[in-house]
Amino acid sequence: MPIFEIVFYAFSLVMLGAAVMVITVRNPVYAALFLVLTFFSAAAVWMLLEVEFLAIILILVYVGAVMVLFLFVVMMLDINVDPLKEGFVRYLPAGIIVALLMAGELLMVVWSKGRFEAGSYPLPAPNPQGYSNTKEVGEVLFTQYLLPFEVAGVILLVAIIAAVALTLRQRPAVHRQNPSLQVRVRRDERIRLVKMKPDSRQDS
Amino acid sequence: MPDTWMDQLIYMVILILKIVAIVVPLILAVAYYTYFERKVIGYMQIRRGPNRIGPLGLAQPFADVFKLLLKEIVLPENANKFLFLLAPVVTLGPAFAAWAVIPFDDWMVLADINAGLLYLLAMSSLGVYGLIIAGWASNSKYAFLGALRSTAQMVSYEIAMGFALIGVLILAGTLNLREIVLAQQGGVLDWFWLPLLPLFVIFIISGLAETNRAPFDVAEGESEIVAGFHVEYAGSGFAVFFLAEYANMILISALTALMFTGGWLSPFEGIPVIGDTFLGEGSIFWFLSKTVVFMFIFLWVRATFPRYRYDQIMRLGWKVFVPITIFWVMFAAVISVFGLIVRGS
Repeated sequence: MPIFEIVFYAFSLVMLGAAVMVITVRNPVYAALFLVLTFFSAAAVWMLLEVEFLAIILILVYVGAVMVLFLFVVMMLDINVDPLKEGFVRYLPAGIIVALLMAGELLMVVWSKGRFEAGSYPLPAPNPQGYSNTKEVGEVLFTQYLLPFEVAGVILLVAIIAAVALTLRQRPAVHRQNPSLQVRVRRDERIRLVKMKPDSRQDS
Repeated sequence: MPDTWMDQLIYMVILILKIVAIVVPLILAVAYYTYFERKVIGYMQIRRGPNRIGPLGLAQPFADVFKLLLKEIVLPENANKFLFLLAPVVTLGPAFAAWAVIPFDDWMVLADINAGLLYLLAMSSLGVYGLIIAGWASNSKYAFLGALRSTAQMVSYEIAMGFALIGVLILAGTLNLREIVLAQQGGVLDWFWLPLLPLFVIFIISGLAETNRAPFDVAEGESEIVAGFHVEYAGSGFAVFFLAEYANMILISALTALMFTGGWLSPFEGIPVIGDTFLGEGSIFWFLSKTVVFMFIFLWVRATFPRYRYDQIMRLGWKVFVPITIFWVMFAAVISVFGLIVRGS
């Protein structure tokens, strides 16, 4: 199936290229946009590999919500790029050591015997017609992994409450509007009609 | 999936023809939607609307389109040129891509996928990028303020909208749009607008906010920030933003028709005499007429209500809509579990 492969490799290449650009590009706004492109291509690759649900959720959550807020913050910060580059040479040795360590660890996993050889992962059988990814994920989440799923939910709830608590502080000098009071205002409370005699002009 | 090169080529050509068959009528619909809007608002304000070009002014949309396309494209000097030109395309892409999963009839759908509803939510959440990129790349205060306003607004109302759709999918028990419509079979009272009435109303109002339409058009706010995120765009760039905005309005109308008022199903279904004739059968005619009704509501609202204040928009979205939708999702789950709603009866 040549079309499948063309599309697959095209998206993979775009994804890898964009991922490299995220860390090399100078402008933080460009970096954030390249990260969006990376997520998007990753979702497309997942979609080709028949994990539609996760692919769409990746776009919905990371591209549609998380990265929008990221961009928001990055665009509003007036980042001067020059000071960011100042310590580059000084931190370079430490950075290289960390990078080498991580690369070594990855290679050890990849090269360990029999783990990533062609035979160890047989091609999965294609999903039958009418197979619903969403349904399968849902069933596993609410039966086999119910407890971790609920715990994750509670952790997120704690994070929400913490975020709200951080922003909720009393500032005495701030005037707050109460929309329901504003709506309830009657005409009589604001307007007073006064009958007066027109002034007679003095100078005529 | 066909195997030989030739088969795949034919498959691709047919696919592209199908896409053209959706996109071209959509663009025409956008053109005449602008005409419809100006006429409707004209008559609501006791004037005639466009009536000079062509009979009844019917050629007016084309005159506007050619005017915009022939205009010079102005690039602001300090703008980020690449992103500035990219932004309209990024806005238009998702607005059109979302139409891929819309079923016009029982069989008339480009991609009948199982996760159709999720796909729609994902596409509508992508639309924000065009605005935010346009606002930033223009390097203008007004454009940036407009972009921030509309992004915050869209992110907020997306939540209410998502919850409203969750109510639908709980009752329908599927994410496939075609099956969601089929789950509403049985006549007007079996459509989801009745059991999900609050979600139906909230979906329409959030739709107005999502597309930055009046009374939620603070993103454009002529009297405050000139025209919002597209203030620096002229000619064809502006035309593309315009096209995307109206395509999105039509999309929201089509979604309301699909999710809450039974898509292509006939309103006469199950009624003794009329229901037995051809009027009782579902067809694309019913889908389009329902969509047009909701498109009209967009215009009606615009001609009726003054613009919301920004803090009130945020309050309405987060403190009113989100709690109501969460409650009603629970309610929908309860009536679904206890079998008070019978799917596709």
